[in-house]
Amino acid sequence: MKPPPLRIHRPTSIDQTLDLLSEHSVSGKVLAGGQSLVPVLNMRLAAPSDLIDITGVSGLDELTVSGPEGQQEIAVGATVTHRQVERSVDIARANPLLAEALRFVAHPAVRNRGTTVGSLAHADPNGEMPMILALTGGSVDVRSRRGIRTLSAEELNVGPLETCLESDELITRAIFPALPAGSRAGFDELARRSGDYGLAGVGMIVDVEDETVTGLRCGFISVTDIPEVLDLGEVVSGTQIDEVAGVVSRVVDAVRDFIDPGGDIHATADYRRHLAGVIASRLFRRLCRTDNARIQGAQVHTAGNDAGNGTDTGADAGSGTGKGIENDTGRRRA
Amino acid sequence: MTADIGTEPTSTIRLSVNGVPHVLDVPDRKLLSDVLRQDLELTGTHVGCEHGVCGACTVQLDGDPVRSCLMFAVTAQGHEIKTVEGVGDDPENPADVQQAFIDCHGLQCGFCTPGFVTTIDAYIDENPNPTEEEAREAVSGNLCRCTGYQNIVSAVQRAAQLRAEGARL
Ligand SMILES: Cc1cc2nc3c(=O)[nH]c(=O)nc-3n(C[C@H](O)[C@H](O)[C@H](O)COP(=O)(O)OP(=O)(O)OC[C@H]3O[C@@H](n4cnc5c(N)ncnc54)[C@H](O)[C@@H]3O)c2cc1C
Ligand code: FES
Ligand code: FES
Repeated sequence: MKPPPLRIHRPTSIDQTLDLLSEHSVSGKVLAGGQSLVPVLNMRLAAPSDLIDITGVSGLDELTVSGPEGQQEIAVGATVTHRQVERSVDIARANPLLAEALRFVAHPAVRNRGTTVGSLAHADPNGEMPMILALTGGSVDVRSRRGIRTLSAEELNVGPLETCLESDELITRAIFPALPAGSRAGFDELARRSGDYGLAGVGMIVDVEDETVTGLRCGFISVTDIPEVLDLGEVVSGTQIDEVAGVVSRVVDAVRDFIDPGGDIHATADYRRHLAGVIASRLFRRLCRTDNARIQGAQVHTAGNDAGNGTDTGADAGSGTGKGIENDTGRRRA
Repeated sequence: MTADIGTEPTSTIRLSVNGVPHVLDVPDRKLLSDVLRQDLELTGTHVGCEHGVCGACTVQLDGDPVRSCLMFAVTAQGHEIKTVEGVGDDPENPADVQQAFIDCHGLQCGFCTPGFVTTIDAYIDENPNPTEEEAREAVSGNLCRCTGYQNIVSAVQRAAQLRAEGARL
């Protein structure tokens, strides 16, 4: 048996869960989908005495889009799997960026168990969800026997694989705001194999009014320690969308300046920095293409990738790295 | 329900596997993959990496493919588990997906095959007519060190074809 000896508790209500978490606050841990925690246990990198399995807790399965037009919010309960979020048509409409990025999270078999909230609690800087929460201005609701609090992504993430959560606290749900009307959003990453964590990845939101760019925000995976948002509004504001070619190099420079990748056996820091710039350049051009507007919240660039990639190559021919990268990409369209 | 043997917490669990109910005493920490193989002697479920990467241990949980190496048997209670034996357990009468692997020469050593079979068995219900690209994508979470994948991709499409024919009969 690979995991260390431990006891598994299976509460059925939020109250019981909070009691158990408070009772075992020294060496207990929440077990959700187990797709990050069980590998850690199998490798004996952690040895909690008690696991509190929340998958049978009622009241944590909320998956809703609510609020008035223009200010909608997506609520994702703690037991909702990546796969359930990914399959929701309402969510893809309200926040296509979330749906698009989810397809880059592991493989379907992992997404069938792994929860979106669990990803946020795990706070992996290589994970897509913590970045999307930060980039879209989302938050998490947290409960313990000591009370209730709401944390922004900025407050939640304090370091790589580290959140500000106390050991007796449970995230009950995450809130992802809908994307504002007129915004265009996309995500792309480069991974060594389909389903792997990306070597570098970029999420991007471009605000457009009357064919003019009015804002640009980027988030990154695998090249920053925590999911910080880079606001490049000043660099691009006022540019006509058919003239963005003139500012792309400034966007790329700003991205490469901002990020702080580490190197490992798979990719050097320089290579990751280079990739992040290439991905940012492609995304920015793709999102600014005149045919890429989101009409009244509908997703015109269907799942981003499919519509985007095929036609991207031509527009990107000048981006330096060209085809080689396209070929290496482990792109997923599950 | 929970008893200590020495310091090891154990539980009495009820598991439903391939439609058969079982009652078992297992350590809480025992993975579903190990319980299937060791306690239930369903050794068709293979264990490669034990951290979710290779897909050899894939079983269906309420119809959805999941990694049995990333799940404690205790937490699999209340779900219906289907292993490769549940897909087909008769060499004389293979299931459609198994027949597709035979037809397309989709295996060599066979270590990875059960994980592919359980994955594809669920997938072709979801997508009854996959393109080659979709077929490749569908098995992208399973590793094979022998075949080079081409024949496995063909087997996905062949399996879909066989299932459609089976449904028409
Ligand atoms: C092969 C493989 C590839 C993967 N690839 C990717 C990838 O490309 N991108 C990516 O983002 N992820 C990837 N993952 C991880 C996956 O997304 C996990 O599902 C996710 O990170 C954790 O969700 P979970 O429900 O499985 O959480 P668990 O593994 O159960 O828990 C993870 C951590 O969060 C804590 N936790 C969970 N829920 C709560 C809660 N409600 N309140 C407080 N604490 C909580 C747990 O105590 C634990 O510390 C991969 C996993 C595998 C096995
Ligand atoms: S043994 Fe479970 S995924 Fe490799
Ligand atoms: S047939 Fe040998 S690993 Fe796939």
